[in-house]
Amino acid sequence: MSGAEILSALRARFASAIVETHEHRGDTTVVVTRERLRDVLRACRDEPALGCDFLMDLTAVDYAKYPGREDGPRFEVVYHLYSLTHGHRLRVKVRVEEDDAVVPTAVPLWPIADWFEREVWDMFGVRFEGHPDLRRLLLYEEFVGHPLRKDYPINRRQPLIGPKT
Amino acid sequence: MLGEGAGTGSGGQEMMHLGLGPQHPAMHGIIRIVTELDGEVIRKADVEIGYLHRAFEKDCEVGGYNNAIPYTDRLNYVSPLINNFAYASAIEKLLDIDVTERCKYIRTIMSEISRVCDHLTCVGATAMELGAFTVFLYMIKAREFLWELVEDVTGARLTISYGRVGGVKADLPDGFAAQATRAFKDVREVLSEVHRLLTGNRIFMDRMVGVGVLSREETIAYSITGPLLRGVGVGYDVRRAQPHWAYDRVDFEVPTQKDGDNYSRYLVRMAEMEQSMRIAEQALATMPGGPIQVDWEGRAVEPPAYVDQGKQGKTDGLLLVPIRLSPNLEGQERRKHVQVNADDKRVVLPPKEHTYGSIEGLMNHFMLIMEGYGIRPPLGEAYFATEGANGELGFYVVSDGTDRPYRVRCRPPCLPPLAALPRMIEGEMIADLIPTFGSVNMIGGELDR
Repeated sequence: MSGAEILSALRARFASAIVETHEHRGDTTVVVTRERLRDVLRACRDEPALGCDFLMDLTAVDYAKYPGREDGPRFEVVYHLYSLTHGHRLRVKVRVEEDDAVVPTAVPLWPIADWFEREVWDMFGVRFEGHPDLRRLLLYEEFVGHPLRKDYPINRRQPLIGPKT
Repeated sequence: MLGEGAGTGSGGQEMMHLGLGPQHPAMHGIIRIVTELDGEVIRKADVEIGYLHRAFEKDCEVGGYNNAIPYTDRLNYVSPLINNFAYASAIEKLLDIDVTERCKYIRTIMSEISRVCDHLTCVGATAMELGAFTVFLYMIKAREFLWELVEDVTGARLTISYGRVGGVKADLPDGFAAQATRAFKDVREVLSEVHRLLTGNRIFMDRMVGVGVLSREETIAYSITGPLLRGVGVGYDVRRAQPHWAYDRVDFEVPTQKDGDNYSRYLVRMAEMEQSMRIAEQALATMPGGPIQVDWEGRAVEPPAYVDQGKQGKTDGLLLVPIRLSPNLEGQERRKHVQVNADDKRVVLPPKEHTYGSIEGLMNHFMLIMEGYGIRPPLGEAYFATEGANGELGFYVVSDGTDRPYRVRCRPPCLPPLAALPRMIEGEMIADLIPTFGSVNMIGGELDR
């Protein structure tokens, strides 16, 4: 399916859930509301015409210092989907506010979301509701803060602390 | 020592906890696997990663776009060239520029050489852990032939920093094709020796066949790509599915196996090495630009004399005078520079002749190097994927219009297999963990970033 066809198929089903769509540099992107995120992802995976069986990547972006986005929702959680049968890619994004940084988990849909979501929690402090075991992935439990947030200074040092005895 | 029921795999009163790593000879790099053992059988396993985390993504945000290239060397440090090119291509996609044909071929050739190095290391290390030390030595010898090629092209062996946004650092050296042909011949000999030693070897097969199996459904659900996915019979390869660089102009096969065990992955890797060399050979044969003619009529000048002439205003025809560059700038002469770099002054540094010999070139150079200037893609985002040695290697880059990336995300190809590792080893013997862990080819640099 071409990008335009994917977008029109999604619009037909989730008209109210779609916040924004764009195609930049050949990448098809759809921004959806948090309430319907799980439904959209499920449809992307299960609907034969879309057939996105791979969750290639799941990450987040902190838009706190992005021109024009300083006041808007701070975080965007980004899902990169890929369809093995059709060979198309789709980027699904959801926006969340800083004081309510919670997104429904995608673990029931793709088990790989387990580690990807743990990494996003680790690096950005975005929580995933319903995640079975939301621990830090790359850093240690005693680490304070979330380093990929834009307000985390690059030169901040934290002492390495061993496991609790 | 092990409690009741030890060694039988059943009837034990309580499980024994055994932590493997972070420092363990069989944990390539540093990783910790906490296992719950019933006798010798792994009942539960938890993989802990992050020991090699060094804030790659955060570091990328504080420098210019080209400053991240050395960091990408250290992602998958066994095949760093692929990381360089994938990152550069992601930025080029964001900028919407196209690189030259010759550059595309160079990227293809060097990526394939890297892929062979990576597979050689993976298969060799796995074989060594199963007792086949000879194979390890043979394969490291073969890798050495290829690293000599890499050294000739990039000037370094491991941290090569050869990719550039909009091109590559320098053109291939003279006589590279002949050198590569010789190296491939040697590597093929090693591969056939290894085939005779391992493929069909009873001890090796007992440890590999039917061990570390992951079903096709689970492999897809865990988004595993690369040799592990092709080992369950899915012929997905980014080079074939979304051809980039010169992959649509070469003929190659995507080898698959159907059993999804360690032995399938071994066979896929062995077959892929042959295909990679095929790709590199075809690309070398059909590469545009051809051998670079050295028909300089003027004499070569030393850079200081060149700069002096420029300062004295003797710029008439100066740009046509060839310059003798220092050996570490070899391959960056103007003739070669234009062949391998995109014709875009916003992105690519001018050739050194222009920087030294004309005010425009000097300004162009400074505009790209000075803080606050440099490469400035328009607002937006792009995701570019290529086939790394372990699977889909993707870079997701967000630009805020300044000279620094707003966000760089690397999709590490070996993270999904590691997330699925407990599924592969649970229910198997502790000794089977070693070949399974070897076959997922964990690379700490890209896993922990």
